[in-house]
Amino acid sequence: MTMAKRSSSEAMAWLLFSAGGVVSALLVPVLLLLSGVLFPLGLLVPEHAHLAAVLGHPLTKVVLLGLCMLALLHWAHRFRYTLYDGLRLKRLSVPINLLCYGGALAGSVWAAIVLF
Amino acid sequence: MPDTITLQVARYRPDADAAPTTQEYVVPLREEWAVLDGLNYIKDRLDGTLSFRWSCRMGICGSCGMTVNGNPVLTCGTFLTDYAPGPIRIEPLANFPVVRDLVVEIEDFLRKLPAVKPWLVREDEQGVDDVEFLQTPAQLAEYQQYSMCINCMLCYAACPVYALEPDFLGPAAIALAQRYNLDSRDQGAHQRLDLLATAQGVWACTYVGECTSACPKGVDPAGAIQRYKLTAATRTLRSVLMPWAAR
Amino acid sequence: MSELTRESPAQGAHPLPAGPYRPRTSVFWWVRRRSYLLFVLRELSCVFVAWFVVYLLLLVAAVHRGNDAYQGFLQWSGQPGMLVLNLVALAFVVLHAITWFNLAPKAMVVRLHGRRLPSRIVAAGHFTAWLVVSALVAWLVVG
Repeated sequence: MTMAKRSSSEAMAWLLFSAGGVVSALLVPVLLLLSGVLFPLGLLVPEHAHLAAVLGHPLTKVVLLGLCMLALLHWAHRFRYTLYDGLRLKRLSVPINLLCYGGALAGSVWAAIVLF
Repeated sequence: MPDTITLQVARYRPDADAAPTTQEYVVPLREEWAVLDGLNYIKDRLDGTLSFRWSCRMGICGSCGMTVNGNPVLTCGTFLTDYAPGPIRIEPLANFPVVRDLVVEIEDFLRKLPAVKPWLVREDEQGVDDVEFLQTPAQLAEYQQYSMCINCMLCYAACPVYALEPDFLGPAAIALAQRYNLDSRDQGAHQRLDLLATAQGVWACTYVGECTSACPKGVDPAGAIQRYKLTAATRTLRSVLMPWAAR
Repeated sequence: MSELTRESPAQGAHPLPAGPYRPRTSVFWWVRRRSYLLFVLRELSCVFVAWFVVYLLLLVAAVHRGNDAYQGFLQWSGQPGMLVLNLVALAFVVLHAITWFNLAPKAMVVRLHGRRLPSRIVAAGHFTAWLVVSALVAWLVVG
C-alpha cells in the first residue's frame, strides 16, 4: 500500500516546540511578572547598575538567548497549528510556515544582536 | 420523578431528506433504563422505521455509540434518569458520514485500523506450537490499558482534528498501535513507525485531549499519542544524527 | 496515503444526496464545547510567549543603552495600556505553564526501581521545579 512518508521535519519541529514549551513554562511567568508588572508598577525596581551587571554576565546571555530562540520556536509550531485548525487555513500551509519559522529565525537573530 | 421523558432523535432518510431532521418521541422514564432502552422502546412500540446500531447492551461490543446532548457516549451505559426531566437530544456520532438516522459509516476507521498492524508482529515465523511467549505481570501492565479499546469510535467523534483532517489516523488506531508496540512479544514497532510518524499520524495531533475524556474504557488515547510522539521524535533524531545506525 | 483517504465530501448541489449525509465542520468549531475553547486559549498562549520575547529584548536593549533609556522604558511600560497587555500576557503564560506541567507527564514515562511513577508524582515534580526556578530567577534579578 502507498503511505505518507515519515516526517523528520515534523519530528524536529515537535522536539523544538516541546523544549521551548518547557523553558517557557519554567521561566516566562516569573520574568514577565517581574519585568512586565512589578517593575513598571514601581513595586520592585532593580537599580540599573545591578540589571546591567546581571545582563552582562556571559551565562545570563547564553541562557536568555536559548530562552528566546526556543520560546520563538515554540510559538512558531503552536501558532501554525492554531492557524491550520482554529481558522481552517491548512491550504495556506506554505506561507504560514514561512511566516512562523521566518519570524522565529528573525527574532533569534535580533535576540543575538541585542543580548551580545 | 415524572414517568415519561422526551427523546429528540435525529432522523435522516437518504432517499427522502437532504439533511437530518429531528423527531420527538415520548418514552417511559424508568430508573434502570439506559438511553438505548429508550431507543429500543421507540423501535418496538412507536416507530419501527428508526435505525440505530446496538448489540451487547453491556459496554463491550462498542456498536451503540451516539451523540447524547452533544457528548459522544455509549447509549447502553448512559441512563435516562441522568438527563431527567429532559428532553434528551440523540444524534449520530459526530465526524462520520450518516448512512441513516443514527447509523454512521465506519469504513474510514475500518481502513485505518488494520493499517497500524494491530496484532503481534514477529520476525521469526515460529507458531505457538514451537514456542511459548511468556510474559510477566509487569510486561502485561505496560500495555494492558491500551488493550481495553472496544473500537467504539467515540474518540473519533470527540476529536476536532479528525473533523478537520479526515486523513488523520486518529486516537484509537494510534492507541492500538501502542498496545502492540509496548507488548514484550511484539517485534513490529519499526514497521508501525513508518505509518505513525507522519503528518497524518501522531504529528497531526495537537493534544486537545477530548479522546481521553470520551473513552468509556479508560484507554487514554491522548496519552498514548503523546508518548508515541516522544518515541518517534527521539528515533527520528537518532536517525538524523546517526544515519549509519540501522533503524 | 491513498488507501487511507476518504472520498471527497458530496457537493451540496443535489437536492437529495441519496447517500450518506456528510456534516460540515464550521470555522467556529472551537466555540461549540467548553473544552475546545479552553484548548484554543491554551494554544493562543504561544502568542503571548512570543510577545514576552519581544518585550524582554526591548528591556535588555534599554538597559544596554544606559540608565536614562532604562528609566524611559519603565515609564513606557507603566502606561495603563501596556500594563493591561502584560497582565493579560501573564495570565496566558501562567495558563501555558499549568497546562504544560499537567500534560507533560503523559508523554514521559519516569521509572524508579523499575516501576512507573504515577503521573501525579511526575507533575508534582514539574511544579516544584517551576517554583524553585521562579524563586531563583527572582532572587537573581532583584538581587
